[in-house]
Amino acid sequence: MSSRENILKEVLKNQPPDRALPVIDVAVTTTHAEWIEALKVRLDILHVTVHEVADYSAIKTILQQEAIPQERTVTTIEALSDVSTYIDSVKEDAHSLEDVDLAIIPAHFGVAENGAMWVTDSLIQYRVLPFITQQLAVVVSKNNIVYNMHQAYEKIAGTNYDFGVFIAGPSKTADIEQSLVLGAHGPKGMTLFLLG
Amino acid sequence: MHSTITNHADAAIDFNLDEPRVDWHDKTLWFIREKRDMASHNIPEWEELREYASQIKNNVLSNLSQYLQEFEEKAKANGIIVHWAADAEEHNKIVHSILQKHNIDRMVKSKSMLTEECGLNEYLEANGVEVIDTDLGERIVQLAKEPPSHIVLPCIHKKKEEIGELFHQYLGTEKGASDPKYLTAAAREHLRETFLTRRAALTGVNFAIAETGEFVVSTNEGNADMGAHLADVHIACMGIEKVLPKQHHLGVFLRLLARSATGQPITTYSSHFKVPQPHQEMHIVFVDNGRSVHLGKDDFRNSLKCIRCAACMNTCPVYRRSGGHSYHNAVAGPIGSILTPNFDMRANKDLPFASTLCGSCSNVCPVKIDIHDQLYKWRQVLMKEGLGPTTKNASMKMMGWVLSKPALYDISGKAARLVLKYTPFVVSNKLNPWYKQREMPAPPKESFKEWYKKNRS
Amino acid sequence: MRVALFIPCYVDQFYPNVAIATLELLEKYGCSVTYPLKQTCCGQPMANSGYEHEGEGCSQLFAENFAGYDYIVCPSGSCTLHIKHHLHTEKNSPEEAHIRKTVYELCEFMVDVLKVDNIKARFPHKVGMHQSCHGQRGLHLSQMSELTAEPFSKPGSLLSMVKDVELIKLDRIDECCGFGGTFCVAEEAVSAKMGKDRVADHVRHEAEYITGADMSCLMHMEGILKRQNSKTKVIHIAEILNSY
Repeated sequence: MSSRENILKEVLKNQPPDRALPVIDVAVTTTHAEWIEALKVRLDILHVTVHEVADYSAIKTILQQEAIPQERTVTTIEALSDVSTYIDSVKEDAHSLEDVDLAIIPAHFGVAENGAMWVTDSLIQYRVLPFITQQLAVVVSKNNIVYNMHQAYEKIAGTNYDFGVFIAGPSKTADIEQSLVLGAHGPKGMTLFLLG
Repeated sequence: MHSTITNHADAAIDFNLDEPRVDWHDKTLWFIREKRDMASHNIPEWEELREYASQIKNNVLSNLSQYLQEFEEKAKANGIIVHWAADAEEHNKIVHSILQKHNIDRMVKSKSMLTEECGLNEYLEANGVEVIDTDLGERIVQLAKEPPSHIVLPCIHKKKEEIGELFHQYLGTEKGASDPKYLTAAAREHLRETFLTRRAALTGVNFAIAETGEFVVSTNEGNADMGAHLADVHIACMGIEKVLPKQHHLGVFLRLLARSATGQPITTYSSHFKVPQPHQEMHIVFVDNGRSVHLGKDDFRNSLKCIRCAACMNTCPVYRRSGGHSYHNAVAGPIGSILTPNFDMRANKDLPFASTLCGSCSNVCPVKIDIHDQLYKWRQVLMKEGLGPTTKNASMKMMGWVLSKPALYDISGKAARLVLKYTPFVVSNKLNPWYKQREMPAPPKESFKEWYKKNRS
Repeated sequence: MRVALFIPCYVDQFYPNVAIATLELLEKYGCSVTYPLKQTCCGQPMANSGYEHEGEGCSQLFAENFAGYDYIVCPSGSCTLHIKHHLHTEKNSPEEAHIRKTVYELCEFMVDVLKVDNIKARFPHKVGMHQSCHGQRGLHLSQMSELTAEPFSKPGSLLSMVKDVELIKLDRIDECCGFGGTFCVAEEAVSAKMGKDRVADHVRHEAEYITGADMSCLMHMEGILKRQNSKTKVIHIAEILNSY
């Protein structure tokens, strides 16, 4: 018998009688405006720079003000293609992104309680993009902020993605004596554009 | 500082030779416990979440064979290749054979306690495959040729000066430099080069979803993603107990995991791997390694609910003062002490006794494992199996007999003398360990019983 | 109300004053108290060492000694917890079930059964409260710092009724002292270190006395305090509640 059959047989033999799944019911009593405030507080703790912007032209203005000419910036947002190299599909080996200084990507939605942004491969083309870049900027609509992770998975349910990731701030580590250091392997810094 | 002593009490004596260092270790971990408290006390429904998580895991254990098959079916449909390993050896062989198929002899690995449990690094290295651990803490202990001392914070036992010395030796950093920012930057450069040149990446699995066939990996550093997305081959290894029924259950577990582990509301990255990239092969290796047997033990199966957050280690007053290596296993602390006797009762018979049964571990556990009750139950099992020292077996038998006979008890006079006489280890040591750092209470003129007889009856 | 007094063996031998204070307190609040003279030990030292199976005789004796009372009261959370959870003999009689249900630690008995709302005692000292784990996490004498739940403390509420007591704050309100039964000798290094750290928290906050509902923890800490020639003393909560 193969290991697969052996394991399944042993597990079936030894698993206890059925225990029911709970019905998960976590009430959210706060308002959307309060979630936005909670999100901003959380992002501040996560060392994320937040810009509240009305539209993409406001984002462009900020990007142009802060841009350093020699930096390689890429974006997967068509509306920003005139200020940054636009990536609309996978054309090269992902390793070619190793010298990206700034990547500007959209998020489907954000979660106020933990500052996490939900991003899937259709929004970033290259899965490694939000990790390999030195700096990350994420654009999310204010309308697309939920409060907690239960609401987040309600939004995710039934959607199609091959890879998805919650991103909550820049890459970090505290492995050396619990001292927080940003930029362990991934981005050293993160900016969030709250749109609308 | 890595100890090779395989008895907790002896290793703890070694660890306690440097008291300021014990204080430092204790305070560092207590700080994390405090962060955990702040994070959890901010969630009014925290205790409900723990109960949900516990119930979901109970359901998983009671339907594990179905969920494993459901996950396998969905994962295959997603294009993932699924393997089954009965034990550590088969797991290691499977990983090696995948690498061999692709002619790969260098691999990056993000944190996976399962591969520590299986001794994968040693196996692959013996077979000519170089493995580089990419979690910063794991890379540090790898350079130091030590096992991790903590499942979330692998090098929590190391001081920054010692890490600076290691990095000077291996990564060429300045001699005497110990600034965490500087050292982390050096590791970043070193590992970036590694990520870009390795064709295979191994990751652990935090949660696998039967409903969708996806699996979730949580990291703060982004090392799992850097490795997996840049590699031609992604191998994910998971214990069979890691499966969850539904995708929305992640809402419960991702709220609990990082808050319990480090006090963060969520890890920086929670990556959901579902379908391989077009050019890529994605493998999952299911590992049993004693888990299916463990599942059959009514008193102990609960420990399979563990999500490896390490909250029980951070809160454990014994762990904080004895260090992870004193548990001589990949998973240390209270949870390690109830998991490891399942694998090898004899080799780990000391661990259920490395506790005061204070119960703090059970209270912080996000999936409500009755850790301290299991420690108590393991003690009963181990001693009934005859794994106690002969002198202890005999003295306990004698003590039980005397205490069941009031007349004998009275004759023996002072109960305390009796307890001391028949308490294990007191008799077998020349010096009573109590006196080493403590005084005994001063004996009073009369016992309470004597007083009572005079004054009340 | 017929109350049987259950005195842990080491209290009987080393701390008779704790037992006397407990007896007098119960009598003050109108209990008719009996001390069954044939009691020996609850069997916990054996059970915690993994020898529950050698404790059958001990359990049977306990069941005989303490059958037929309305309540059993003990000035130790740890021994109370052991009886509540682990008193099981081969007979498995209804008397045993009654014992398990009616055994109380002194503070919880005073708060939950006697519903004491007035204590005529005075103790003009700075006191640190040690939460013994078995009483706290096992019997829920006080809220546990790990949980997201409303704080409360049964021993604390009793102490607050004592005149002139000043309860000090601690850095770690409910960390284990490291006694742990046979742990205190089997794992001497960690046990002593835990005890030293716990004592230091009280001393740092200028406690004149460390009190608690379990004399075993206090005995361990007293051993360390004495070795350090500290001025800080230990005192069982029954002695404070019974002081005038």
